[in-house]
Amino acid sequence: MAEHPGPRPGSLGALLADARLVAAKDLRLEWRSRVILSQVLPFAVLVLILFAFALDPDRRILGQATPGLYWLAVLFSTLLALQRSFTVEAENGVTDSLRMSGLDPGGVFLGKTAGIALHLVALQLVLLAGVTVFYGTTPHGPLLLLAAGATATLGLAAIGSILGVMAAGLKVRDSLLPLLMLPMVAPVLIGASQAFTAAYDRDPGAGWRWIAMLGVFGCLYTAIGIVAFEPLLEET
Amino acid sequence: MESVVRFRGAICLLGRFPALAGVDLDVSAGEIVLLQGPNGAGKTTVLRACAGLVPVVDGEAGVLGTDLRTDRRGVRGRVGLLGHASGLYEDLTVADNVRFWARAARARRSDADAAMARLGLDGRLADVAVNRLSAGQKKRTSLAVLVARRPRLWLLDEPHAALDRDGRDLVDALMGEAVAAGATVLFASHELDRAEAVATRTVNLAGGTALATGDTAAIDRDGSGDATTAGTDDVGATRGSGSAGPRAAGPGGGREATVG
Amino acid sequence: MRPHLDTPAGTDAGGSTGLFRLHPDGTASRGSRTYGLVVLAGVILFLLVALVFSPADTGSENQMGDMVRIMYVHVPVAVACYVAFLVTAITSIAYLWKRTEGWDVLAVASAEIGVVFTFLTLATGSIWGHIAWGTWWEWDARLTSTLVLFIMYLGYLALRGAILDPVVRAKRAAILGVVAFVNVPIVHYSVTWWRGLHQDATVSKVDPSIDGLKLFALMFGMVLAVALYGWLMIHRFRLHYAAARLEASGLDRALAERRAEARPDAVTADAASTDAVPTDAVTTEGTLS
Repeated sequence: MAEHPGPRPGSLGALLADARLVAAKDLRLEWRSRVILSQVLPFAVLVLILFAFALDPDRRILGQATPGLYWLAVLFSTLLALQRSFTVEAENGVTDSLRMSGLDPGGVFLGKTAGIALHLVALQLVLLAGVTVFYGTTPHGPLLLLAAGATATLGLAAIGSILGVMAAGLKVRDSLLPLLMLPMVAPVLIGASQAFTAAYDRDPGAGWRWIAMLGVFGCLYTAIGIVAFEPLLEET
Repeated sequence: MESVVRFRGAICLLGRFPALAGVDLDVSAGEIVLLQGPNGAGKTTVLRACAGLVPVVDGEAGVLGTDLRTDRRGVRGRVGLLGHASGLYEDLTVADNVRFWARAARARRSDADAAMARLGLDGRLADVAVNRLSAGQKKRTSLAVLVARRPRLWLLDEPHAALDRDGRDLVDALMGEAVAAGATVLFASHELDRAEAVATRTVNLAGGTALATGDTAAIDRDGSGDATTAGTDDVGATRGSGSAGPRAAGPGGGREATVG
Repeated sequence: MRPHLDTPAGTDAGGSTGLFRLHPDGTASRGSRTYGLVVLAGVILFLLVALVFSPADTGSENQMGDMVRIMYVHVPVAVACYVAFLVTAITSIAYLWKRTEGWDVLAVASAEIGVVFTFLTLATGSIWGHIAWGTWWEWDARLTSTLVLFIMYLGYLALRGAILDPVVRAKRAAILGVVAFVNVPIVHYSVTWWRGLHQDATVSKVDPSIDGLKLFALMFGMVLAVALYGWLMIHRFRLHYAAARLEASGLDRALAERRAEARPDAVTADAASTDAVPTDAVTTEGTLS
């Protein structure tokens, strides 16, 4: 019979080991299929370009609105990344395999969240370059930008994973997920945009309480996700 | 003999539909039991219920000593299910999939590689993405995942489907090897000739219930309308003796075997 | 043998629900009628106080005149909508703990009523804004967070509408109910900080110096709104619950039909027409296909 190397099931070590396994699997999936690279990334840049078309090409407006436009582009791209991430888990009976696999559901959640977060980080680096080029703004306050990016990314990935699995497998998933996700991440959009504004305006002091709020949001939904994933994974 | 599966009047609902409407089933260690019956009889649901994927809402249901009504998740680590869907990530390679699922089940890397070799997937195919495989090759990959886990109870839902003759021979050989190593097999198949040859016993399902159990020889094969009863079964509480299968005369025949 | 059908307030098959015996033609009962009449009397009294007796707004900067009375509707329904969503969250947790259908029915009934009250909150807030400043919307903190709340719970109802299996629907909706409610204070604080510099006088800012009849009217209105919510809950809950039990009552019949598929002479086409699983058992008279 199969031996059981590795951490004791049900322990924190098992949770993290399973998270690492799932995250590695998602990264490997992206490596082989290149969907984020070839579709979501161009989409993100396209959103930036569309904003320029929609707003007066007068660069001052784009410059002033850069933080908000940046985070809107991140948000829309996150939706696509989430759709992709959870479609693969709903196809071909993979959901049953996950249930049978013995993976800790909390670990699966953490792994999915980590995978999405890493993809979002890559996306944001490109988007940051994008707004610098297309909107003519220069980033300032790197520490604040980094903190805002990190905490907001965690929040988006965590709540996105919860809602992603909740809507997974439903026929209306593609319109339902944005409806569920966008109002819930309003605080992230507000907070991250305000923090970026503070950074760009060279007034970082105003931005740090937003980081605190984003941090609370991210940690809260990570915790909820670890607990809620098990009932969500059961029963299609 | 140790009881691996024991159902008494098990009822399973899919939504509001009673897929299993009172099933009695006994499987002992080391057996290879064939589930047969018409489409929609509930064979897949029996297998999924044994895997702990479908909740049992009434009756008794125990697998490998675990009560499915209270702890169906606990049984999953010890069983292996081969379903209709492949259960594989299409964009990953064969090797990626087998190793991932094996590691998820805490099996060793060597077991995963050995399973791939046993299923003939260790050569060129190992690095082919699953979405480029034929249906038969996907089936072998799913089987490799199952073999690598080394479960104590094998649940196979139409394992011969989509496989060529070599593949089917391989499945039969794997079932034999599993039992020789101490596991038990419960499978559903429409490939009756082959299945009955390898199975030690057959259970007939229809209408979400089990009609009769008995040796494979007891199945009415010549259309004479008679089938022998389940007397030769060595598992104690065999329900339904005296009413033997779908050709039983009289309207009450099929249902006597069930728990009302 | 009916899984997850027990209500928290034990029901018997006759349809009486705790204290309230149901009227055979609908969801009313002697108790709920009495309660409804009391609420109605309260509403009449409240309207008198709010529309007639309480003073019009003359001294403040807005010069709203009689239109200040919109506040007497806006604030109470806002309170009621938050109560409704709190109830949804609590009953969702109860469902996840107990897994009995009654809790799920309470959650959805409360969410539906909550959405209606939220819409009223937004509408009265918008009307106030139009009268006071000529604009149909102001991005003030409370109205904005109520707007986000509204859409979140529309999403809750949309999720429920998208899932057919009742157990799966109940479980996922319950989790969403908790996730959404946990988000409410976060939305509130982030929107308040965001608009913190823009302290427009709004209908949501209750002047701390109000007293006397105005304060009484406001308090009375809040109590009344919650009472009205309760009355609506009784009816909505009973309606949903009756529908759920009707659906579930087919189980014995479904079991009988299912078992009948095994009979060689069974030709009831109905047995083959149930939801998920196709069967041609009835046509295969003894042959093993």
